[in-house]
Amino acid sequence: MLIPIISLAILGLALGGLLGVAARYLKVEGNPLAEQVTALMPGSQCGQCGYPGCGPAAEAIASGAAPITLCPPGGRALAEELAALLGVTADLSGVADKPPMIAHINENLCVGCTKCFKRCPTDAIMGANNMIHSVFADACTGCEMCFDVCPTECIEMRPLTATLQTWFWPKPILEG
Amino acid sequence: MKLFRIRGGIHPDDRKQLAAGQAIEDLPLPALLHIPLQQHIGAPASPAVRRGQRVAKGDLIAQGQGVISAPVHAPTSGRIMGVGSYPAHHASGLSVPTVTLQPDGEDRWGDQIQGVADPFALDPDEIAARVGAAGIVGLGGATFPAAVKLNLRKKYRLHTLVINGAECEPYLTCDDRLMREQADAIVDGIRIVAHALGVKQIIIGIENNKPEAQAAMAVAASIDPTIRLARLPARYPMGSEKHLVQTLTGRETPARGLTADIGVVVHNPATAFAVHEALRFGYPLVSRVVTVSGGAIAQPRNLRVLLGTRVQNLLDHCGGFREEPARLVSGGPMMGQPLPSARVPMVKGSNGVLALTAAETSLSQPMPCIRCASCVQACPCGLLPLELAARIRAADLEGAVRLGLMDCIGCGSCAYVCQANLPLVQFFNYAKGEMAARGRAKQKQAETKRLIEQRAARIEAIQQAKREAMAARKREADAKKKAAATTQAATAETEV
Repeated sequence: MLIPIISLAILGLALGGLLGVAARYLKVEGNPLAEQVTALMPGSQCGQCGYPGCGPAAEAIASGAAPITLCPPGGRALAEELAALLGVTADLSGVADKPPMIAHINENLCVGCTKCFKRCPTDAIMGANNMIHSVFADACTGCEMCFDVCPTECIEMRPLTATLQTWFWPKPILEG
Repeated sequence: MKLFRIRGGIHPDDRKQLAAGQAIEDLPLPALLHIPLQQHIGAPASPAVRRGQRVAKGDLIAQGQGVISAPVHAPTSGRIMGVGSYPAHHASGLSVPTVTLQPDGEDRWGDQIQGVADPFALDPDEIAARVGAAGIVGLGGATFPAAVKLNLRKKYRLHTLVINGAECEPYLTCDDRLMREQADAIVDGIRIVAHALGVKQIIIGIENNKPEAQAAMAVAASIDPTIRLARLPARYPMGSEKHLVQTLTGRETPARGLTADIGVVVHNPATAFAVHEALRFGYPLVSRVVTVSGGAIAQPRNLRVLLGTRVQNLLDHCGGFREEPARLVSGGPMMGQPLPSARVPMVKGSNGVLALTAAETSLSQPMPCIRCASCVQACPCGLLPLELAARIRAADLEGAVRLGLMDCIGCGSCAYVCQANLPLVQFFNYAKGEMAARGRAKQKQAETKRLIEQRAARIEAIQQAKREAMAARKREADAKKKAAATTQAATAETEV
């Protein structure tokens, strides 16, 4: 009677001690899922989701505090990737895939203040003091950081129009 | 010669008799030409002319840009009316950069046009360069720059050139007519291409529904013992290059690979003809043969058309419509694309203009799939069209890709046999486009990350430099102060 109790007690103590040590020495720094989510995010730190940047937004998504559909530049494609990563099923039909927008500078109004050019996170604006600024469409992510700072309101966000290379047939709609 | 079987395929009514009897005819010079700057796969050409400039036939009007691109030449002599944008020969109806040319009626070739006396004395690189400079692209419809294909010999071990005279699309007869009427020129072009590729054998594949073309090509090809003629069974899609190569050699091209992976290069007879013209006479690609056919066309014809001619000019020359067409199609009825209007110009890749009546298009209401698997039997690629379509319909594109969506050649055999009239190819085309768009989005995301990192590194470097400059200034000021203090001390000492 005594032997099994003692042996089980010793076993429990030993394993419990092992777990305690492992918890201290093999501690995981932060949520590993958050890092994976960050890797998927666009990374332009645009703040359109309401979080200060892509890192905090990724943490919120990983912990379940934020919906996976919160990133406007990522759109539907990102939401689907996140759904696959996190193993959640989200109703993506609600995510109206906002057409990708890019900034356009109205050259008649630009005064060459360089404010937008300094704020652009992807160096998509070229310009210098007292020179008309211009946007590289290929590098622009449509984050709207420049849109807010322009003193003459000469920046407008335009939908990216399809070209022969990017156009494709829409999905056929079947009834029933 | 021994032929191998391919799986799947269908036998549509070929309706070639509508235009097959009509000899190729030159379309009269139109009043205006709208020449798009992108008539090929790859980077668009950049304009090399200005408004008001006079050009001769064959003058360069747009320069190819990058490795995979093709230049564009003036189809006739005249004056450049403008460089602007004009609706493209494309189902989307989008506008593309286009040069508008007003012909002067002389149709005068430029002075620089000059052929080569003996193309077989030329270096393969020189032939590829001339083919590239002539703006020649694959005229079967894929419009891949021909010069790039000639340079495949540098990367692959090639042994066979296949000439794809299958023309398996119903209605189209332009290759058929060209092979009947210009067999000698085509064979000359084929031999030049073979010389440039350095291949040992040449096979010309022609379907059995074109006996006249087979006979004409057999006679013309008898001058070269390396050329063999293969009489192909008439079956759609025999003209798909991978399936044609499998029929002729028994070897299957690897998934998403090139036929060059198994040592074979495929060219169209019209491309070979264009190579002949470019090398022997120096003519760049400025015109092509087009079949105008369909039940709604009053007089179906085969026309030699200057690139940039409006579709409407072709229709008018063929007597207009017999009845109101249900659909205007560019290319064949199986893989062709609907045209948004008859205003659009003809381009290098357009081999047919079809005006189809409502009876020919047989548009009917789609019904639920009954899983009869007719499409599985018809698919020449061994795919499961019904499963693919079900996944795409349920927005599971990844699932469709896992089932081999990217191996689909979009031939439409499945939709042709579908009992439920499901728009299967439309589903696949949408899914391929969507997957490509996602790929581009991913690429842009990676690019954005790179740009952000570069910017962060640059800003850090600037701040570091500022801090160092500040520290240096401080050290300098300190040193000055110290020096001033010591001199002061020294003068004080001397005073003492």
